[in-house]
Amino acid sequence: MNEISWILIEAGVKALIIIGMMLLVAAASVYVERKVSAFIQLRIGPNRVGPFGLLQPFADVFKLFLKEDIIPAAADRWFHRIAPVISLGVAFAVYAVIPFADYIVIDDKIIQFGIAPDVNIGILFILALTSVGVYGITLAGWSSNNKYSLLGGLRSSAQMISYELSMGLALVSVILITGSLSLTDIVRDQAGWRWNIFIQPLGFIIFLVSSFAETNRAPFDLPEAEPELVGGFNTEYSGMKFGMFFLAEYANMATASALIAMLYLGGWQLPFPPEWLGLQPHTLAMALAQFAFLVIKVAVLIFFFIWVRWSIPRFRYDQLMNLGWKVLLPLAIVNILITAVVLYILK
Amino acid sequence: MSLSYLFFIVLGVLAIASAIVTIAHKNPIVSAMSLVLHFFMLAGLYLTLNAQFLAVIQVLVYAGAIMVLVVFVIMLLNLSDEAQLKEKLNFRKIIAAFFALGLITQFTTMYMGVSSKNAFLPPQSIEAGKAQSIGKELFSHYLVPFEAISLLLVVAIIGAIVLSKRRYE
Repeated sequence: MNEISWILIEAGVKALIIIGMMLLVAAASVYVERKVSAFIQLRIGPNRVGPFGLLQPFADVFKLFLKEDIIPAAADRWFHRIAPVISLGVAFAVYAVIPFADYIVIDDKIIQFGIAPDVNIGILFILALTSVGVYGITLAGWSSNNKYSLLGGLRSSAQMISYELSMGLALVSVILITGSLSLTDIVRDQAGWRWNIFIQPLGFIIFLVSSFAETNRAPFDLPEAEPELVGGFNTEYSGMKFGMFFLAEYANMATASALIAMLYLGGWQLPFPPEWLGLQPHTLAMALAQFAFLVIKVAVLIFFFIWVRWSIPRFRYDQLMNLGWKVLLPLAIVNILITAVVLYILK
Repeated sequence: MSLSYLFFIVLGVLAIASAIVTIAHKNPIVSAMSLVLHFFMLAGLYLTLNAQFLAVIQVLVYAGAIMVLVVFVIMLLNLSDEAQLKEKLNFRKIIAAFFALGLITQFTTMYMGVSSKNAFLPPQSIEAGKAQSIGKELFSHYLVPFEAISLLLVVAIIGAIVLSKRRYE
């Protein structure tokens, strides 16, 4: 029983660190998003709070905390309250299986960089949780008892179901190559520039586009299309509940980036042999270097997400469905077929 | 009391409670969401039985895909609270009571039949729940049923397309 309590304490400490990290990443990406969008639109962006406006996201969060929390009289109070919790909880729960670096050995004890990075259903766990995350948005739309919210919620569930398929099928090719569902195995398999993006360029593009749709980011932000739906599913939300949806969006973006980095860009693998820096495997220095490179890859991908949002206009609903079902899904199936045939011939 | 026993009690109680809410609540959305909760509890029960793959597929397919469609349809039709059905004792209810009684006797006899010696899983069963071993069984021992199910699904997909296309002609 003593061992179990130690495992629980270790998991709890790691979870607190990861949640703290995610909050920081979300705050940083809100700031970067506002600065980059300002740059793209020839504006200056936030520059009043702190140096270069760096404290703007913290000021925003503070403001959201102090705002009055309004629940519409006709809303379903219980679901209205629980919907943002589902969204945010799912966004954080995904990090339970993400490996941040290779394990390190201190005094013959193996310490993992992540809560359960070696679990043998890692990828499926992430897919399952992201597919459940849609309930947050859908219930928010329904419980608000507002036609715009409802439309946003309905769009979101239709969109996420459609793109989950191509996302999952793109993943199958990666799993075929690695032969494992564990994220650690998939990252380890990409050592020495054998990144999956070079072997699976088509799968990478399919996965990237589906990730945009799954995170409800532009050009797929139909659930909150401002010109048509006021604010979409979160029209009736205010105060910190709105803040939680906001946070969940950026946390999901970070999750999607981390997932793309791990599946296609080599995860925590260094882009050069670690001997160049004199690093020994399974030491703390090595793990920190790997973590730094994972952060760099995730940061580049988050920048890409922001860049696309401010460059490409929103899809029309029929275009969205056509792209998902008539383009990405057949391409993903063809990709699996090619991968399987090539792997069979090579064996 | 071991940890898995504790998990079993908590998950089992929550699973039964959410199942009762599913059939007893008036509001269809509450019913659907408690069914989702029920699927999660079932997935947890599978985990205590070392069936990790089954557990995650349970959440992925049932909670993540099928129930999303159910909720989608409920919202699209904007169903409100169901009216209470006033029904007296009739033939159907008597038959249903007999079936329920049969089910309860079956469960109790099954429970009595399990000796407490075999109640714990052998350690090698942790391998049986992995995706690899399930795949091996599926594509060797159960190949014919697997292919038959695939064929059935293809027929269902074609049927769905035919039914939805008919409207435009």
